[in-house]
Amino acid sequence: MVKTRENISTKPFSEWEGSIDELKGLVSDKAMTGESMLLNMGPQHPSTHGVLRVVLELEGEEIVTAIPDVGYLHTGIEKNMEAKTYEKSIVMTDRTDYLNPMGNGLVYNLAIEKIINLEVPERAQIIRVILTELTRINSHLVWLGIHGLDLGVTSTMTYCFREREILLDLFELVSGQRMMSTYFRPGGLWRDVPEEFEGAVQFILNIFPQKIDDYEALLTRNPVFIDRTQGIGFMSAEEALAYGLSGPTLRASGINFDIRKVQPYSGYENYDFDVPVGEHGDVYDRYLLRMEEMRQSLRIVEQGLKKLKPGPFRSDNRKYVPPPRAELGRSMEAVIHHFKLWTEGFRPPVGEVYQVIEGPRGELGCYLVSDGSPYPWRVHFRDPSFVHIGALQHMAKNHFLADLVAIIGSIDIVLGGCDR
Amino acid sequence: MTQFDPVAALKAQFGDDIPHVDEFRGELTVVVEAQKIVDVATFCRDELDYEYLADIAGVDYFPDHPRLALNYHLLSLEHNHRLRLKVYWDDGEEPVPSVTGVWPSANWEEREAYDMFGIEIKNHPDLRRILMPPEWEGFPQRKDYPLGYETIQFSFNVDEVNEHKPYAKK
Repeated sequence: MVKTRENISTKPFSEWEGSIDELKGLVSDKAMTGESMLLNMGPQHPSTHGVLRVVLELEGEEIVTAIPDVGYLHTGIEKNMEAKTYEKSIVMTDRTDYLNPMGNGLVYNLAIEKIINLEVPERAQIIRVILTELTRINSHLVWLGIHGLDLGVTSTMTYCFREREILLDLFELVSGQRMMSTYFRPGGLWRDVPEEFEGAVQFILNIFPQKIDDYEALLTRNPVFIDRTQGIGFMSAEEALAYGLSGPTLRASGINFDIRKVQPYSGYENYDFDVPVGEHGDVYDRYLLRMEEMRQSLRIVEQGLKKLKPGPFRSDNRKYVPPPRAELGRSMEAVIHHFKLWTEGFRPPVGEVYQVIEGPRGELGCYLVSDGSPYPWRVHFRDPSFVHIGALQHMAKNHFLADLVAIIGSIDIVLGGCDR
Repeated sequence: MTQFDPVAALKAQFGDDIPHVDEFRGELTVVVEAQKIVDVATFCRDELDYEYLADIAGVDYFPDHPRLALNYHLLSLEHNHRLRLKVYWDDGEEPVPSVTGVWPSANWEEREAYDMFGIEIKNHPDLRRILMPPEWEGFPQRKDYPLGYETIQFSFNVDEVNEHKPYAKK
């Protein structure tokens, strides 16, 4: 039926026969009678950082309940990965949390390497650390730009995206892709970094400390920003643990837990860096923490660059890693390995592992089950965005509607990672 | 302080309700009887300091039986230790009790397991589909659920696409 002015329903809200019954039990009875107001926020709303829908029950300006609704970006990545060989499915990991492609690739490759006990050469590990830390800065820059924009500081967006461009250029330099890099492979890297790499990283190290100071000058002592963020979205340490928060959002509540420190991977135990910890557990502390994390990431990158020595960039275990092109002309064995690995793929032993890394948003986990075939039997990503949105209802309670925007920004969600 | 040994403590407390313990690449997997999961989870949280539930992941072992499994990945910050509790479940069995009362973060994770694998959870506060639309039929990540795809619509195959997509015309 085409809607015209005449046949649009003019029934009052309480008589509307739509799907409001679905919400019974989730919102209070007042919403059913129309005493409090139901408001739909998203999924196409700039402040929800993607396609997050939040059903709000409001009493005046105050939020009674905020029910997050996710799944709009669900693309069945976990299911699709089961239909591809281990090496071919790496490309899909980039598409989950699209601000952290290197990190997703890293956790998936670490899980594969753990299940087959594959050694990674030192040079590859250092390059992995450098690139993952730069991805962390990249992710934090996008977070900061949009968080600032949400809270009315429009200039952060311009500055952050300007500097992010430098990082994306670096990713393009090493992998040929700005965002969907697929650069890490089981046993090391896709290719060695080009010779311009060290100069490009050094350039980033030279200019970024000043830039981060500039961002802080915009926000840290900005009275409007402070008013809108201090005391908002409070989570105590116990609540943060119970709701499974991780990363900077957990540390802002005063819990010193960083996977890079306590369960190191890729040689993080050899780097010297501090883990900033907050005390108030509110939006402002989460902001301060992420700013400090960017500086610490630069420290790690600087140390990594000093350690970088020439050497192999990929394991030479030919049962899992294809031989370089040059070997194919000389060795029959290399041809066989090449053929087997690219047609059939490798067969890891039967088993299951859960590998975690410290992603920009928090604990990024990969649960991998192998049944001994060349295809992963089950891949599951524990994405921090998913868990953090699950805690949104608790965090947003009794806040004003405008504060919800600050809270969503502060838990730093990426819906691509949440919905997978 | 005595040596931290979660497996021995769990075995001493629950005995036959823990039929199997596995270690692979330094990761501990403790198989738990499905109906005892809340008791075991509470014991893990209160006595063994696993105060953090990192993740719940479903698996489908089709065509084996029991077919489905839930993996609870626990983390103890104090002991810096990870533990995996595993629960096997088959269609038609008594639903798995929810651990949302032990760790609130289980809420969405269990919804995801239900949505993707059809693992029924009892005593869950709000068991709905989470990633798929509410009216969706079937459980997409089960192994007998085929990988679908959408035909790309061009001008020359419009009729063909519309034919197997009756809803698109509505």
